[in-house]
Amino acid sequence: MTVDSPSTSIRYRLLEEDGSLAGELPAYEDPWLRDLFVHLLRVRCVDQRMLKLQRAGRIGFVGSMLGQEASMIGTGAALREQDWMWSGLREGGAALMRGLPLDEYVAQMFCNSNDTAKGRQMCNHLQHKGSHYPSWSSVIGTQIPHGVGAAFAAKRRGSDEVHGIYFGDGATSSNGFHSGMNFAGVWKVPAVFVCVHNGWAISVPSSAQTAQSDYSKKALAYGMPGYRVDGNDVLACYEAMKVLVERARAGEGPSFLVVETYRLMGHSSSDDPTKYRDADEVAGWEGRDPIQRFRTFLEERGVLAVGEADSIEAELLAQIDAVVHAQEAAPPMALRSLVEDVYAEVPRHLRRQYNAFLRVAERYGEAQRGDGAFPL
Amino acid sequence: MSNLTLIQAVNDALHTTMQADPSVHVLGEDVGKKGGVFLATENLTNEFGEERCFNTPLSEDGIVGTAIGMAMNGLKPVAEIQFQDFIFPAFDQIVSEAAKLRYRSGGQYTAPLVIRTPYGGGIRGGLYHSQSGEAYFCHTPGLKVVIPSTPHDAKGLLISAIEDPDPVLFLEPKALYRAVKGEVPEGHYTVDLSTVREVRAGKDVTVFCYGAMVPVAEKAAEAAAAQGIDTRVIDLRTLLPLDEEAVLDAARSTGRVVVVHEAPRFCGFGAEISALIAEHAIEYMEAPVARVTGFDTPFPNTLEHHYLPDQRRVLDAIERVAHY
Repeated sequence: MTVDSPSTSIRYRLLEEDGSLAGELPAYEDPWLRDLFVHLLRVRCVDQRMLKLQRAGRIGFVGSMLGQEASMIGTGAALREQDWMWSGLREGGAALMRGLPLDEYVAQMFCNSNDTAKGRQMCNHLQHKGSHYPSWSSVIGTQIPHGVGAAFAAKRRGSDEVHGIYFGDGATSSNGFHSGMNFAGVWKVPAVFVCVHNGWAISVPSSAQTAQSDYSKKALAYGMPGYRVDGNDVLACYEAMKVLVERARAGEGPSFLVVETYRLMGHSSSDDPTKYRDADEVAGWEGRDPIQRFRTFLEERGVLAVGEADSIEAELLAQIDAVVHAQEAAPPMALRSLVEDVYAEVPRHLRRQYNAFLRVAERYGEAQRGDGAFPL
Repeated sequence: MSNLTLIQAVNDALHTTMQADPSVHVLGEDVGKKGGVFLATENLTNEFGEERCFNTPLSEDGIVGTAIGMAMNGLKPVAEIQFQDFIFPAFDQIVSEAAKLRYRSGGQYTAPLVIRTPYGGGIRGGLYHSQSGEAYFCHTPGLKVVIPSTPHDAKGLLISAIEDPDPVLFLEPKALYRAVKGEVPEGHYTVDLSTVREVRAGKDVTVFCYGAMVPVAEKAAEAAAAQGIDTRVIDLRTLLPLDEEAVLDAARSTGRVVVVHEAPRFCGFGAEISALIAEHAIEYMEAPVARVTGFDTPFPNTLEHHYLPDQRRVLDAIERVAHY
């Protein structure tokens, strides 16, 4: 893919669905390829464990990443350490690769007292300040202008950060998409908009979201180039994103990348997708597994020995299980968390409300050490 | 000291903070060379350049959304919404994002931005250039809501708002932009958020008010004084977080209370003041709290002078609670 000639109708691909080469590959170091595979596999292992915990009633909610692993790992790997990743529901796997510790990830899924967000958000709302993965709300598209503003700030401060702004195909209908893309084009900020086109916004197919069948063409209205990439081809995702990230870093402005993949599970653990989509469609995509594709390629290249992937998987699952076990033993949440972090300092009216609540909590034996009243 | 109008004091505050802190950036519709439709940002682009004070595309959602991102990444954005009536496309960004970011991230991320916007009636602006929407925002934990009524407070409160670590909605009473003039100190000074201002001392009745209703209440208090009713006037000036103790102290000191605001009455800020007094100071009260407010209707145009509380309606309420 060259950025000089945005071919918005061509879908970029490096590996065919059977793992064979679709074109000439850049020179990769084998250990880097192997690492990329481990990152992909970790996403799947974490996802499967979280779904299992949800089904067992141990956590409340999971937005499964199944089938979309390559889209987040491939594009996320092209961001450098100083770059930001503005996310939605299904990019948590990339956060793990970029530095979110697994125990923080699991703590957030349990919404327990070890959660850096102090259990304030529902499950699957990850954040990690250290690797520039900001807190996101459940509202669709609102993070898009945030990423644009933050990219503007980076430019003003003379930083070479690039902001990767992620959202789904449904979010292209939101206010935030329009205003964010528009402001980014006018301000020429260092940002890459990544539309993870997974076919469905809960129960609404992407064909009912917009009359434009080629999502990448939306970029043209904002004066920026738009591209399509096979989102189940981790190397294509990586190469496409790398070109656009470095283009943004060089001061050439924002661009739009549509990563075409498929949400194999329901929208969330609370959703039954059999009510609104054909089993044949799902089965077709199950046959295009991004991890299997990359695994075949690596085995043929000799990066992975036959059967090695299985032992890596077993190791990853053991690590995850150990973390889950530890997080289930988290201490109870401090009650003061009810009124903290609303403002930098707890204002008097909130101290008063808390103290009134605490009187009742103490009466029923719910208060713990450290839950004491605020001075008024 | 200079003798400034309220809008000049706003401009002075922006100028003062932009000079002191290079991270302060002003953005909004027409805030650049034009200096804003009310001239609040006049000369800022000339002095600080188009990168510090700049026009945005015409989208309030975009203005506030990008300002949040700027605030999350080291800038101090001061966003202007041209009229408070046009803020609603940005309601989601203010309520769902700016106000909740610190809380939902456990304090990891914050959005210290200021949103300035002219509000209120009295300029023959009809439904969409006259509204007082403060109550919508006062129902939003995490936000601070500030309304000045004098040039001195406008500058000092705006500087405090810009320096505050939390998002602040700064509502400017446009009817007072050029109607009031006063002494304003040169350079940097602050007026603490969450404190009230005693406009006038009095021991018989307390009138709580803010913004453009402050001079109205003052005149009504003077008229009441002529009848021997000694009326205390309190300018609330920061509605959220409210200085509840000061409100309760003032209510207890007179036992008779009138609340005045332009906004519709139902679920308006006056309801909160009334409830606060009922909960914590009922034993001091000699009369029911009286509210003088706009009607529970959209804002009118031709009859706006009847919609807005005026000196006569406020005086009538003072008399009623004084003689109850």
